[in-house]
Amino acid sequence: MGAVVGTLTMQTRQRQPSRDNLDDELEMTMVCHRPEGLEQLEVQTNFTKQELQVLYRGFKNECPSGVVNEETFKHIYAQFFPHGDASTYAHYLFNAFDTRNNGSIKFEDFVMGLSTLLRGTVREKLEWTFHLYDINRDGFINKEEMTEIVRAIYDMMGKYTYPALKGDVPKQHVDVFFEKMDKNKDGVVTLEEFVLACQEDENMMRSMQLFENVM
Amino acid sequence: MAAGVATWLPFARAAAVGWLPLAKKIMPKPPVDKKSRNDEILFVNVSGLRFQTWKNTLDRYPDTLLGSSEKEFFYNEDTQEYFFDRDPEMFRHILNFYRTGKLHYPRQECIQAFDEELAFYGIVPDIIGDCCMEEYRDRKKENQERLAEDTEAENATDTPLPPHSTSRERLWRAFENPHTSTMALVFYYVTGFFIAVSVIANVVETVPCRPPKGSKKDLPCGEKYTLAFFCMDTACVLIFTFEYLMRLFAAPSRCKFMRSVMSVIDVVAIMPYYIGLVMPENEDVSGAFVTLRVFRVFRIFKFSRHSQGLRILGYTLKSCASELGFLLFSLTMAIIIFATVMFYAEKGTKGTNFTSIPASFWYTIVTMTTLGYGDMVPNTIAGKIFGSICSLSGVLVIALPVPVIVSNFSRIYHQNQRADKMRAQQKVRLARIRLAKKGTTNAFLHYKEEGGFQDRDSDNALCLKNRSSFEHQHHHLLHCLEKTTNHEFTDELTFSEMCMTESVGYRTSRSTSISSQQGVSTSCCPRRGKRRAIRLANSTVSVSRGSIQELDTLQVHKTSAGPQSRSSLNARTEDLKLNCEDRDFTAAIISIPTPPANTPDESLPPSPAIPGILRNSRSTFFTHETVKISSL
Repeated sequence: MGAVVGTLTMQTRQRQPSRDNLDDELEMTMVCHRPEGLEQLEVQTNFTKQELQVLYRGFKNECPSGVVNEETFKHIYAQFFPHGDASTYAHYLFNAFDTRNNGSIKFEDFVMGLSTLLRGTVREKLEWTFHLYDINRDGFINKEEMTEIVRAIYDMMGKYTYPALKGDVPKQHVDVFFEKMDKNKDGVVTLEEFVLACQEDENMMRSMQLFENVM
Repeated sequence: MAAGVATWLPFARAAAVGWLPLAKKIMPKPPVDKKSRNDEILFVNVSGLRFQTWKNTLDRYPDTLLGSSEKEFFYNEDTQEYFFDRDPEMFRHILNFYRTGKLHYPRQECIQAFDEELAFYGIVPDIIGDCCMEEYRDRKKENQERLAEDTEAENATDTPLPPHSTSRERLWRAFENPHTSTMALVFYYVTGFFIAVSVIANVVETVPCRPPKGSKKDLPCGEKYTLAFFCMDTACVLIFTFEYLMRLFAAPSRCKFMRSVMSVIDVVAIMPYYIGLVMPENEDVSGAFVTLRVFRVFRIFKFSRHSQGLRILGYTLKSCASELGFLLFSLTMAIIIFATVMFYAEKGTKGTNFTSIPASFWYTIVTMTTLGYGDMVPNTIAGKIFGSICSLSGVLVIALPVPVIVSNFSRIYHQNQRADKMRAQQKVRLARIRLAKKGTTNAFLHYKEEGGFQDRDSDNALCLKNRSSFEHQHHHLLHCLEKTTNHEFTDELTFSEMCMTESVGYRTSRSTSISSQQGVSTSCCPRRGKRRAIRLANSTVSVSRGSIQELDTLQVHKTSAGPQSRSSLNARTEDLKLNCEDRDFTAAIISIPTPPANTPDESLPPSPAIPGILRNSRSTFFTHETVKISSL
């Protein structure tokens, strides 16, 4: 009987640490972030006041606390790409937006990123893309980083594709990419090589213009 | 997708720029958004409560009323707002759904009202958020169960038998529901009485009676009055056998019946008798036979057909099977543990009762259930300590599953109470509803009586009472239907009378009057009513809803005059036999746009007592007209 009582008490003790974690989490979510003024953002980004208002309203609706963390990001992307696994790509994308590297995206980061992507110059867009691919922020894209990004993108496709994914398709894709981008064949792609190679690609330039009216 | 995801979509699309360097092909053209990009505030007026929201908010869910163009139907140009004549309190929740993407269920609202609102606004209840989903589901299930109970109660007791049920079905119904007929009730009480008699006889059999002369030993009554008890037993078993065979015969599904609990109890209750008859008076076997007589006590379970409380108890135990199983299991565990401990604790004592572990089981059970007979007691100190722990833990272990069983029983009991209460209330409610329905039908019939349909001449004062335009239109509609089908509405009383008198399941249809050949002006409305004088002045109308005998006395004349739309029908009436039992007859009659029947025969018994049945015995007018049989 005593043993039974003993085991019961032990179980309750185990549960307490998790409860502390829960309390911590609650505290964290209470933290609220307010963006800088509307005028400032208008100056810093290429959006008009109305557009900023619309963006903020949507953002605040989704994240009342004013910050987006990576989990939410992954969750959102999982809903956009339900067929496959979007978590890896979402992780890289999150890092691309999280310019301050503090694990959360504030409204300013969000809006700046969007401003670049939608209203920026071609060069700005390409720079943004370069930073997306450059996972370790060392200024160079090597084959491993590229392979990771490409694999993450293919993961989003999921298993059921046509034609079926046979062989190591991501690797082949990366090889093709490096063929195109790496001009001096030194195994890494620098920003200049990247920008130059992309500007030479007419298809890409044309596609880039298509995305300007997304907002 | 949730609203939130929709907000992020432009962002995800913008981020797609990141795929461009890798893309092997050109990106497809983005869809052109024709709608104006400018967001505007919409005004939504729900029964006076004005809500304002961004248009984009509503557009998040395009497959709902507010999100699609369906709301344009509710747009009020004058006030430049969308007006909905619905519950404003509920609308708050609906709008919050658009805003937050989560639908919450307000606990204080009726579940059906909420469902209706959701259905109106085109929102599927499945998207209720997790926080409120459980509550919603529970309430919905409870509501549905209640409704099912209602309809079941309605159907079970009060429905009259379908007219063409076989004797077998009727028998089964009589067994299942003794209140349906007097015979069934009598049978019910007789079987109950005999069950009681049988049980009492079993009990009294064993009471010691005074010994017969010349013997000192007390004899149980069973052996003293063997013949009397045997006769009583035989009688009871005969009744039970008869009842069982009748049930078996009447059961809709014999296999299912034979597998049911009550049927098994019945068999077990009567088998010992028959086995006893068959078995020879052998010494060896009679021992086993005596054991079989124990099964006669199962007859007491037959009472559960007569008592609802017993049924509830049985149902409770069945539904608490898992709790009972747990109780049993935990008790067994505890018994074994403590019996072992006590045995080894008391092993050393001389002359101890705890001779083996199974022998200690008895002590453990008696102690755990706090009975404490005292026939086995520990002597050693260790034994006493463990004995006290045993009794304490026994109390706990038994006390644990009991509340679950109790709450189950309480729930089922209250459910039954509620069902009974609802059945009683149902009768009152149904009566009220029927009255209301009759009111509307009667209003229409009344209206017809008043001659409301005719473009009447002034001698029939159309006393149109104050009726709303709704009533006018409703009556007009009913009249159109009558014209379409060439049958007429009548009231329940008349109809049921006709059914009873004819004892065939015809649809009453009152004949619409037909213009006769003689240029008698048509009246399109048959008269009925006790106070109705028969107007022969300008109508040929009469409806005779006769009994079969009356129909027999009708004389069918061939019509001489011809050019009438009904002439063809006249011809047909010749072919009709007057035998009302003949179904074809009915069919033929019904297919005729029923001509009015006139009974020129004075032999028709006037029956003023029967309301609504018209007798028109004045036949002077109709001699040269076909006597058409009233269609019934």
